Amino acid sequence: MMQLVLAVTAVIFSLAAAGAIVRIARGPSLLDRVLAADVLLAILGGSLCIDMAVNRHLNNLMLVVAISIIGFIGSVTVARFVADRRVKPNES
Amino acid sequence: MNPDFSGPDGWIDAVSAVFMVVGALMSLGAAIGLLRFPDLLSRMHAATKPQVLGLFLLLAAIGLQMRTWWVWPVLVVAWIFQLLTVPVSAHMVGRAGYRTKHLHRELLTADEPGGRGAKAAAEAALKDNPDDGR
Repeated sequence: MMQLVLAVTAVIFSLAAAGAIVRIARGPSLLDRVLAADVLLAILGGSLCIDMAVNRHLNNLMLVVAISIIGFIGSVTVARFVADRRVKPNES
Repeated sequence: MNPDFSGPDGWIDAVSAVFMVVGALMSLGAAIGLLRFPDLLSRMHAATKPQVLGLFLLLAAIGLQMRTWWVWPVLVVAWIFQLLTVPVSAHMVGRAGYRTKHLHRELLTADEPGGRGAKAAAEAALKDNPDDGR
């Protein structure tokens, strides 16, 4: 049963990562891209959790915590220094 | 492929499998919301699903699969850390998005800064209630 769950979640995570990458590529503003990169990091941490649960080990737990730290620092830094450089606002 | 439901092991496996699939579906929902919602603030609403509930479900699945008690405090610490950091970054991104006007103002149901930015709103509040400064 665990192999079936692994296959199903692999497909779901691949679709989700593809959607987040499309938003990173297309996103009209910098903040949209930061948000989509944050979601992509969450998807990466979730897939690490799935690996730990299916194979019954805890090697990646510190990596999951580190990924959440990286997402936090990245989005806070970019949001702190973002500036409006568009000619016409309200076009998102 | 054929789970054995006679003992607790099969049931624990089934519950953790459901947790894993639902936690993965949270990520898919976030991706669909990122692609289909119209502006930054509603996309932020969709993006919080895998960060909080999805991570909770996946960590609970790990705890169920490991079959030991000592992993639960570690998993709770990881989840609480995520709970502490996600609102801060969401607040920063939302405030930056509001100040740089990445929003559709007609979609808002409440607009407390009133389009003037946080600093101007604080000054206006101070002018309305000058006793607040003391």
